[in-house]
Amino acid sequence: MSSAPGVNYLNEKSGLWSWLTTLDHKRIGIMYMIAVFTFFAIGGTFAMLMRWELFSAGKNIVEAQTYNEFMTFHGAIMAFMVIIPGVPAFLGNFFLPLMIGARDVAFPRINLLSWYCLIIGAAVAFYSLIYNGADTGWTFYTPYSIKTDNGTTILVAGVFILGFSSILTGLNFIVTVHKLRAPGMTFFRMPLFIWGLYATAIMQVMATPVLGITLLLLIAERTMGIGFFDPTLGGDPVLFQHFFWFYSHPAVYIMVLPAMGVISELITCYSRKTIFGYRAIAWSSVGIAAVSFFVWGHHMFVSGESEVVAILFSFMTMLVGVPTAIKVFNWTATLYKGSIIFNAPMLFAMGFIFLFTIGGVTGIILAVTAVDVHFHDTYFVVAHFHYVMVGGTLMAIAGGMYHWMPKMFGRMYNEFWARISFVLIFVGFNVTFFPQFVLGAMGMPRRYYDYLPVFQPLNRISSIGAWTIGIGFLVVLYVILRCIFTGEKAPDNPWGATTLEWQTSSPPPHENFLTQPVVTGGPYEYK
Amino acid sequence: MSTSNTTTQEYVHHVAHHFDSAEEEYRTSKFGLWVFLMTEILMFGGLFVGYIIFRGIYSEAFAEASKFLDWRLGAINTVVLIFSSLTMVLSIYYAQHNQKAKVLLNLYITFFCGVIFMCIKAYEYAHKIHEGLLPGHMFHYSEQVAAHAPLYFSFYFCMTGMHGIHVMVGMGFILWLIRRAHRGEFSSNYFTPLECVGLFWHLVDLIWIYLFPLLYLVG
Repeated sequence: MSSAPGVNYLNEKSGLWSWLTTLDHKRIGIMYMIAVFTFFAIGGTFAMLMRWELFSAGKNIVEAQTYNEFMTFHGAIMAFMVIIPGVPAFLGNFFLPLMIGARDVAFPRINLLSWYCLIIGAAVAFYSLIYNGADTGWTFYTPYSIKTDNGTTILVAGVFILGFSSILTGLNFIVTVHKLRAPGMTFFRMPLFIWGLYATAIMQVMATPVLGITLLLLIAERTMGIGFFDPTLGGDPVLFQHFFWFYSHPAVYIMVLPAMGVISELITCYSRKTIFGYRAIAWSSVGIAAVSFFVWGHHMFVSGESEVVAILFSFMTMLVGVPTAIKVFNWTATLYKGSIIFNAPMLFAMGFIFLFTIGGVTGIILAVTAVDVHFHDTYFVVAHFHYVMVGGTLMAIAGGMYHWMPKMFGRMYNEFWARISFVLIFVGFNVTFFPQFVLGAMGMPRRYYDYLPVFQPLNRISSIGAWTIGIGFLVVLYVILRCIFTGEKAPDNPWGATTLEWQTSSPPPHENFLTQPVVTGGPYEYK
Repeated sequence: MSTSNTTTQEYVHHVAHHFDSAEEEYRTSKFGLWVFLMTEILMFGGLFVGYIIFRGIYSEAFAEASKFLDWRLGAINTVVLIFSSLTMVLSIYYAQHNQKAKVLLNLYITFFCGVIFMCIKAYEYAHKIHEGLLPGHMFHYSEQVAAHAPLYFSFYFCMTGMHGIHVMVGMGFILWLIRRAHRGEFSSNYFTPLECVGLFWHLVDLIWIYLFPLLYLVG
């Protein structure tokens, strides 16, 4: 381990080629960050355009067909290229080895390969946009996705390649957690972020292959007419929904579990207090992962599922609320009598708890079979999952990024502008999506480019909120760039945090630690 | 600690920089491969579940359509693959006993078994394509068959096709092993790649052992 003072992973080598061929998990994490933020900007642009179209009843800027393509690409980009790789592949890649005291992930070459899978998959998906567009929504429901005549095949192929990226990251993380922990780092001394990543990795590895085969069959269906999902040949379109959601419901937890891990880190660090109920939070991550495989049927309450099956899926779905609530209560209990520091990361953590709770509770409402018949495919559902995914995952990415930026870049961010970004995103988010609960309850269906005039006032409020979020994220971008280029130099442990990543220099050297750390206690021993 | 293994000295395996020992590297690689095998099982699981569902709904049509397959060819392929699993294991055994020539011999036999399997598969495919026993909409067999026979052939081609791709990928990895074995890289000190490719090859065999009765013997 030869490291002169001042040499770190950023300045150890230079040149674009040294980045594109790097095997260092920290550099790969930064490459994921750049890729994910780029995709987020593109997916976000589609969202802004959609809200523009929905600003007034009737046609505003685009035709219905174009709107359908906006909606499809917004969903596909945000789900498969932003939120799924967001926390694990960006923050997780950078911090998982650091937090368990390892020199790298178990398979550094596979780690780099997973980044290239993301880039190639994204390139293929974007090519479908240029080629002929796709208008199926991100769920590719059959039989429409078989019949529609455009670039759907290419988009599906792109998502298939993106799946490899996710599987390889998950595989790497499982093996790293099992085999490369520092001496003394037992499972129950691991930071809770690692527990979240570990549970996520299990889902990535077990659910994504099912999506892979489903998408391959859909491509075969479109190109050769094999008939698995085609009723004219005796196939069953609902089977596609089952296959798709067998992946995509666990995928929802792939999106949110690592985000919950980030929040656990932030809450305990900025309360200056040992986390309340460490084991309960750790086990609840695994519990959510386990239950997540048995809830997919709640997407099909109106697709001709039998009542018995619907009741079972309804029950299992409500069961997810238990481990989720365990986390929320433990976070709240951690705050009690803590010395709370309200800086930007903590604000985002608080925002997460508030918004995620709304998203979670409305999920329980939707799990009630009778209520779901009314709310199915309305804006109520749209609002619900945006509260979970944007209010949950994106808040955690933003908060986690501010928290760890001193470690990643060795520079401090600007607290004032970071707080401004929080206010814009938090307020904008509620202004955008709270009216959508009301719209959904009034019966406004999702995925249409037009609506009845009676829905116009609330839609206008929603659109204004969306643009506020957009400005908020531009401020985030400004904070990041300002931090990287002109931020003050960060000390090794600016927050006085106790986890291992703060015990090395900022930014860390190539092999993370100059001497092998030995762990002798729990992760959050605040005095 | 060394950070690369660019040395030209032969027969010495360098442990990657982030592992503490060769033992740790070996265990980590093997564990990673087991996790990978789990993803393979789940991917094929989708096909098997689909098969079971439609076999349940159209059991008579599936039984009738399966008679178009020649079970003897399937049986030969089963034996060939099981035998290749044996030679694969033997190559690891001889590596552990530092017998390079026998490692190579067994790897060549394993590869050759893969070739036989793919040739028989290609013969079967050519026959089906010639007869018009094709998946779904492309089905154009000259005589009257059960209404859902095309769906059976969709499963036949998807499942055996996906399996065939895996056999070819496995053969590619075995060629890579042969090249490394020629250089004398494997010994009782280092045989991780043999183990990992071996595990993959066994899984590919195992999937065929399920495919054979489901597709050929179902009637």
